[in-house]
Amino acid sequence: MASTDLASRVDDLVTWAAGQLHGDEVLLAAFSGEQADYVRFNNGSVRQAGSVHQQALSLDLVQGARHARTTLQLTGEADLDRTRVAEELRSLREQCAVLREDPYLLYNSDGTSSVRIGRNELPDPDVAMAEVARSARGRDLVGLYSAGTTYRGFASSLGQRNWYETSTFAFDWSFYLHADKATKNSYAGLSWSNEEFERKVQWSARQLEVLGRPALVRPPGAYRAYLAPAAMVELVDMLSWGGFGLKSHRTKQTPLLRMVTEGATLHPSVRIIEDTVGGVAPNFGSEGFTKPDEVVLIDGGRYTDWLVSPRSAREYDVPTNGASSWESPESLSVAAGTLPTDGVMEELGTGLYIGNLWYLNYSDRAACRTTGMTRFGTFWVEGGEIVAPVEVLRFDDSLLHLLGEKLVGLTDQPEVILDTASYGSRSTGSYRLPGAVVQEMIFTL
Amino acid sequence: MDNYEQRLARHMPTDIEYVSFRLHLERSEGLTVRDGVVEPPHNGYEAGVMITVWDREGMGYAATSDLSDAGIEAALAGARAWAERTAGLVVLARSPLAHGSGTYVSAVDRSFAATTLADRIALLAVQEQRLRIHARIVDSVASLYRVDSDTLLLTNRGGRVRQSFHNVFPNLRVTANAGANTQTRTYGGGAYCGQGGLEVLDRFGFGEAAPRLAEQALELLDAPPCPTGSMDLLLAPDQMILQIHESIGHPLELDRILGDERNFAGTSFVQPEMFGTYRYGSDLLNVTFDPNVAGQMASYAFDDDGTVATRGHLIRGGLLERGLGGTISQARSGVAGVANSRACAWNRPAIDRMANLNVEPGEMSFAELVGSVEHGVYLETNNSWSIDDSRNKFQFGCEYGRLIEDGELTTVVRNPGYRGVSATFWRSLRGVGNADTWQVMGTPNCGKGEPNQVIWVGHASPACLFGDVAVFGGR
Repeated sequence: MASTDLASRVDDLVTWAAGQLHGDEVLLAAFSGEQADYVRFNNGSVRQAGSVHQQALSLDLVQGARHARTTLQLTGEADLDRTRVAEELRSLREQCAVLREDPYLLYNSDGTSSVRIGRNELPDPDVAMAEVARSARGRDLVGLYSAGTTYRGFASSLGQRNWYETSTFAFDWSFYLHADKATKNSYAGLSWSNEEFERKVQWSARQLEVLGRPALVRPPGAYRAYLAPAAMVELVDMLSWGGFGLKSHRTKQTPLLRMVTEGATLHPSVRIIEDTVGGVAPNFGSEGFTKPDEVVLIDGGRYTDWLVSPRSAREYDVPTNGASSWESPESLSVAAGTLPTDGVMEELGTGLYIGNLWYLNYSDRAACRTTGMTRFGTFWVEGGEIVAPVEVLRFDDSLLHLLGEKLVGLTDQPEVILDTASYGSRSTGSYRLPGAVVQEMIFTL
Repeated sequence: MDNYEQRLARHMPTDIEYVSFRLHLERSEGLTVRDGVVEPPHNGYEAGVMITVWDREGMGYAATSDLSDAGIEAALAGARAWAERTAGLVVLARSPLAHGSGTYVSAVDRSFAATTLADRIALLAVQEQRLRIHARIVDSVASLYRVDSDTLLLTNRGGRVRQSFHNVFPNLRVTANAGANTQTRTYGGGAYCGQGGLEVLDRFGFGEAAPRLAEQALELLDAPPCPTGSMDLLLAPDQMILQIHESIGHPLELDRILGDERNFAGTSFVQPEMFGTYRYGSDLLNVTFDPNVAGQMASYAFDDDGTVATRGHLIRGGLLERGLGGTISQARSGVAGVANSRACAWNRPAIDRMANLNVEPGEMSFAELVGSVEHGVYLETNNSWSIDDSRNKFQFGCEYGRLIEDGELTTVVRNPGYRGVSATFWRSLRGVGNADTWQVMGTPNCGKGEPNQVIWVGHASPACLFGDVAVFGGR
């Protein structure tokens, strides 16, 4: 189905549903859909391959300050979808009758309609699979190729319409040497280039050669370290878990509590932004608010602003910036620093080159103390030269320290990394961030 | 369901080696009361079908929410196209799956259908209010999430498995704060979930828990940090389930051992040749896959590949016997497994998942476990989990701890945590609680797979005692 057909069909359905409203009722509708291909590889062979076609419509029926929500899958049959929507509206109406007024209800009653449709230049699956198969020859390749069109929409009975669709591919893969010794890479974007993919394959192949050296076991202790952008993603993901939301701040559950209560700061070079205009995610949410182009969360190492959902806006009497209910960044950007990217090995000198981190969690949330593992291409470096891969290490350190007084600097060439997560559907999240050199990082196991 | 079954049956092809239609219909209701405010109910209605084709040494699937005749036909064509495209490229050329038939329905003693929405909200409002007992309480939440799902698996050789599940997820969460110290207590970290009706709320005393949790959150504000050092560690069942999940369940998944998860969830320190000979834990350790436990989260009669599910030991007397792998992984690896091929929804293919994975009870009472410790700590309710990609080096944290000194539970301690290595940790198991300490629980959110899937699993465990563990505290 052509994209405009889908937008029109959702528009028609919501317009029809709006016609079923009683009195002063308001209907807010959020659409989420995807037509996606997923091909999973192991040992260079196909483990599972297939397609997912899904279209879900969330309805929020508002009666004054009472409201209830439902999400249903659309079938594609107009009459059947109308019947289901009518059933859901009846059910929501019955629920509203027994609900209390919601003091934190906030939706956009004066919103701006918008359309953002990216061009569809996705590769033919056969072409992509052939390239993947070629890269896997003689190597132990494992990973996931995903591609397709992602749709988001908002429509209200007040007339607002927002539509977003983007067509992207992502190949997220690892070359394994043996046991847990592997190099990880990803290639994602809008249009497939055999040359660009080959460059990434060759980069991984070169790392594999180094991984073939006997691995070193480093004892627990404090080491100077370089965190590659992929490792930095894991660190900022942890900060995003309650670090930037207004609600987590007001309820004292933020991991940045000490920045609030004790005046703790990060390194002056740290600037973190919710960079909606520079990201891939849609710029509207399920209550119809448009997100600003950017929200500066940390500037000069100091806390600057929160992400504020409509609900938190009402609860804490602060203007919303259109954040989702979980108030986490979706297009996170960390400003580049001044360390020459090409010179990070010299800057590191002797220490750990950490390609990726894995399975992070707070070991003391209020102190922003975080634990996690090294994973994939992680090496011991001496005199600016890679010596050997290292066996996995567990770190346990405060991010306030790692991005604070222990931060030597950030690299000058940030990388754009698309989120390859696919829980429920393909993510539209993205990151733009540099690597970092830290004076010391504490490892415990 | 019946209408959909007739429609699907009309589209079942006869010219393909193996075809399955897995229909999934689901109704859910999420209710939350937070800080005295009833949040809007969130209902869900899922409906979709996953069509899987194995043919001529290829395999493909297509999942669709379009359940019209045209939608089903398009999905079938899509699955066939993927099978054709992958011919000769797949890890297993032919389906080893059975064409089973049977039914399962969750046992429900007291149905939620006998309650009104107002009743359910009132229940939560009362409990949430009981969490707000002091000015230092800065956030309080009572929630109830319910999922009623019906699945139908039809195959082209007459297989028909129909299962109906009723899963209930109650939770309480209370947060207290004093300056830079924030402490949270929950209702088992969400682990007190299960199949059934209203009786699920009674299994762990949902109606009585709120005041205790609130008092403990306040108590933790003034508690000293957990001490650091090597000591005995007594884990409550609501922490044991995390320990089982991360350092027994995931390492024993055959698809990890086969390498499927290496790009995402990770590999395993367990290798195929270890089954049958490897000492996983002390001789007190007995672990079962048990889909028959009444009321447990992942009880079922068949997995999502249509394999009959039966109880079996994975670890017996500390020795590793079999893996957590469904029919496909067993065919690929040659290792004995169980019926645990599961999909989180209609839009994801089945993979090896934990289901009900339980540590069997031992012989010691809780008092005997505590009494056997000279210097140690007792921990409840997980709040932090991290483990390496081979499922070996772990570090876990808990909401609540108490010192054990000379056989007595003494001082409450905050921010307790401990570290270990799976391959040696279970060998330090030196006490297993008896049936009186055994609790049947679950983990609502287990993530794995490419494309990613979150699924719920069941875990049951007694309290367990481990010797000489590296314990630590926060600031």
